[in-house]
Amino acid sequence: MAENLYWEDVAEGQELPALVKQPSKRQLVKYAGASGDFYEVHYDKDFAVEIGLPGLIVHGALKNAYLAQVVTDWMGPAGVLKKLSVKYRGTDVPDDELTCSGRVTKTYVEEGVHQVDCALTLVNGAGEQTTTGSATVILPSREK
Amino acid sequence: MTESKTLSDQDRKTLLSMSLPPVTMDVEKGHIKRFAEAIGDPNPLWSDESAGGIIAPPTFLRVMITEAPTPPELASFPQMLDGGSEWTYMEPVKAGDVITAVTRFASVNQRRIAVGPAVFLLLETQYTNQRGEAVAKQRNTLIRY
Repeated sequence: MAENLYWEDVAEGQELPALVKQPSKRQLVKYAGASGDFYEVHYDKDFAVEIGLPGLIVHGALKNAYLAQVVTDWMGPAGVLKKLSVKYRGTDVPDDELTCSGRVTKTYVEEGVHQVDCALTLVNGAGEQTTTGSATVILPSREK
Repeated sequence: MTESKTLSDQDRKTLLSMSLPPVTMDVEKGHIKRFAEAIGDPNPLWSDESAGGIIAPPTFLRVMITEAPTPPELASFPQMLDGGSEWTYMEPVKAGDVITAVTRFASVNQRRIAVGPAVFLLLETQYTNQRGEAVAKQRNTLIRY
């Protein structure tokens, strides 16, 4: 179990540890099965090409899960995720290396609750930012 | 690709005034475990029963809205692109919970994208547990073409 992260230990501009993901086609099939999202663009290449895509694409919601993991790994077991937003700006392909990272944009106390905002980003192997996002977490304070 | 397909004002109004049929799901620990494996997230919170019960990863609830039926108004826009989601979390979702999801269209706009006419849908889903507590809200942008 990870150590607790305290609000006082976080500063604006701080980087969240990055995760590198490389989802295989097999992983996309696993995600389809576990999530119930059986849209063919994620596992049937003929279908994907027929509707105009270059090939199979990674589920947007899987990228959402990757960026969520960046936050939940970093905030530790005492952190509480309050908000999570993602915007898909481009599609990603299986077997590509996806670097998922985050940075603290704001630390503040609102009605006695110690909070942190983070910006999130997912960059593909070609260096393109295909997903952006943000998160708000509540962290424990050493003052309490 | 049919260039002439459009969504009428009436179709738009119909969509904005309707809710999709509610979906109810028993949250099973085996499902949470499979989901955590499928996203490659080994956090013990999603698997360790000793730590106050297994909780679901933040995007787990998404599993409830993927098989929603297509309203007839959108039948001529069969393909989909996920534009993104905004999640707000109120309460943790735990194994053993029974979650009900109610989805409505918060906005419906026709726009042209690279491949032709498209409809941008903002789906707003409220997730409620068996105690009637709101556990999460999701605003999902879906592009149909």
